[in-house]
Amino acid sequence: MNDMRPMERKVDTKEIKFDCRNVQVYYGDTQAIKNVDVKLEDRTVTAFIGPSGCGKSTFLRCLNRMNDTIDICRVEGNLLLDGEDIYDRRVDPVQLRAKVGMVFQKPNPFPKSIYDNIAYGPRIHGLARNKADLDDIVEKSLRRGAIWDEVKDRLDSPGTGLSGGQQQRLCIARAVATEPEVLLMDEPCSALDPIATAQVEELIDELRENFSVVIVTHSMQQAARVSQKTAFFHLGSLVEFGETGAIFTNPKDPRTESYITGRIG
Amino acid sequence: MPIFWILLIVLAIAAIGYVAGRARALASAGGDIRALHSLPSYYGWNAAIKAMVPAFLLIIVWLIVQPIYVSSVVSGMLSDGAIPNSSSRGLVMAEVRRVAEGLDNAVAAGVIGEDAARSARADVIDITQRLKDAGQIVTSQITQPVLRAAQHFRIMHSTGNMMMTVAALALAVLGALWAIRENRAEFRARNIVETSVRILLISAASIAILTTIGIVLSLVFNTLEFFRLYPASDFFFGLTWSPSFSGRGGSSQLGVLPLLWGTFYISVVALAVAVPIGLFSAIYLSEYASPRVRAIAKPMLEVLAGIPTIVYGLFALLTVGPLLLSVFGADGLGWMKAGTAVMTAGLVMGVMLIPFVSSLSDDIINAVPQSMRDGSYGLGATKSETIRQVVLPAALPGIVGAILLAASRAIGETMIVVLGAGAAARLSLNPFEAMTTVTAKIVSQLTGDADFASPEALVAFALGMTLFVLTLGLNILALYIVRKYREQYE
Repeated sequence: MNDMRPMERKVDTKEIKFDCRNVQVYYGDTQAIKNVDVKLEDRTVTAFIGPSGCGKSTFLRCLNRMNDTIDICRVEGNLLLDGEDIYDRRVDPVQLRAKVGMVFQKPNPFPKSIYDNIAYGPRIHGLARNKADLDDIVEKSLRRGAIWDEVKDRLDSPGTGLSGGQQQRLCIARAVATEPEVLLMDEPCSALDPIATAQVEELIDELRENFSVVIVTHSMQQAARVSQKTAFFHLGSLVEFGETGAIFTNPKDPRTESYITGRIG
Repeated sequence: MPIFWILLIVLAIAAIGYVAGRARALASAGGDIRALHSLPSYYGWNAAIKAMVPAFLLIIVWLIVQPIYVSSVVSGMLSDGAIPNSSSRGLVMAEVRRVAEGLDNAVAAGVIGEDAARSARADVIDITQRLKDAGQIVTSQITQPVLRAAQHFRIMHSTGNMMMTVAALALAVLGALWAIRENRAEFRARNIVETSVRILLISAASIAILTTIGIVLSLVFNTLEFFRLYPASDFFFGLTWSPSFSGRGGSSQLGVLPLLWGTFYISVVALAVAVPIGLFSAIYLSEYASPRVRAIAKPMLEVLAGIPTIVYGLFALLTVGPLLLSVFGADGLGWMKAGTAVMTAGLVMGVMLIPFVSSLSDDIINAVPQSMRDGSYGLGATKSETIRQVVLPAALPGIVGAILLAASRAIGETMIVVLGAGAAARLSLNPFEAMTTVTAKIVSQLTGDADFASPEALVAFALGMTLFVLTLGLNILALYIVRKYREQYE
């Protein structure tokens, strides 16, 4: 585990992507995250579950420093991405976010055409050398987002005109277009109907081949369906972390058991 | 009885009706509020509304109709022989009204007795003298027919007022009594109040709309009158603006193009100042400034909007003009002849417009959902990239609206132009020359002592109409742009 750089490896050899040690997060004087230690693997879907307000979204937003936009938020501890502390002074949050993409709870396509929505990231990061290159990236991303067939004939129409499920897949495609190493998803299906949810879940499973995916969800079934690892948060602490199958069939902590059987939360 | 007292008495009747109506409804329910259909106060309001509304409507209608009726009757009394050749019926009627008013005031002052004022055989010369003694303005000679008419006018007037008082008060009492009779437990007083509120709101809205229609109609008719006296093609395509104030038309050249050009030029300069500064300060305030800076800076910026335009005019005339002159004038670059110029007025007007652009744009930028910014930051965009490529496009319809609002203000602005840009109507490309605008010329055309029937005065209406059509077109354009982008962005 000394070599932390992403290299050609077999899928079953799991690298540690994120190594989080002793993370504390404060909003002003309130502590939202207490002493979280977790190792997130590459090319794995990790689900964060837990009752509302348990800190799972806050922790997710620490992983790409989205909490920087909140003035009163303070993060302590070490968060290492490929062995490098992302809260180090030398790290530019803008570049970090290009490596650690994010999909939000509510689909938030930009008020631009579908094409421009996807091309947004590649353009600001200079990923395309010319127009043809950009076209390729857009097509590839839309295919990865499993929405290419639905929108290929109307790339110029506004992204906001799509249905909710299509918008969310567009947002995933948009996040994928910048070639991130990790994809963070904050309850990506909570605003979607069951059909769109199924499409997005299928997509998450495909994304696992290339990315490390971290997903926050309120649906235990969803966590069980899409993730390989599950972390259960309760009142700001990481209660239990392990193989999804183990968490759901044989939880070690009584709180985890209460939550997944519906007694708390 | 003065109108004011009638209104007060009607209000008192309404107040009594409120109390009585409420009490009666309560009594009919045996004092149990739950047995009533509506809350007790609604029964009170039912009585108050039925006392006030019909009485007030009657007073309004009466006040409009009575003078018209009295004038037509009295005017009919004046035979053609009573009207001097050099005069007209309208002038004689004005004289009659003046005499009647004089008599009223003289009686009130105790100089003339009520009997003398009404006496058909009153001596004309004596009355004239007494009126003059009482300090009333009358022409030197009141003729017998005029005095008769004035006397009749007074009598009809006071009878009419008396009848109105009685009718209005009776109507108020009747309305209150009727409503009080209605107020039983099962009566739906709440619905009555609800309907009245709706009617009140509808009438408020229609007054605004009717006033607009009235203004437009007065503009249209006076403009048509102007075009009867002065050819429309000369007005719209004329390149010279030189009204003559001595003669009656003929020698005047009233071409609108120099004025339109001045309006356009000054507005463009003003917007060139206001739009970038306003927009940038809005972006700073909404995206970069800390809440404390924002709380101080935004109200301070909005203070600019509260400064009267005449003060801006003074600023243009006394500060900006000389300043520009010292740089671009004869001592400097030599482009500018005097302090009053397009540039002077445009710069100052631009400063005036900054808060319009910034305040509105700031609200609109704040209204862009945070999720848009998060989405952009989540893709690794910097702050300015996010603003340029996500926030501003999303806010564009509103910003365009703000800019067009500022443009309408610029086109309609008068005082800064009068003081800052000079009064010369000129077609020139040099922004350091004096020019003038449509609004400034409307002022100068109407503040002279030109006859209102002359084309020199009537041209003001044509100018006003042109301005109205221009700003209307601008507003329609703004609506169209906003709607077009809204379709795209929602």
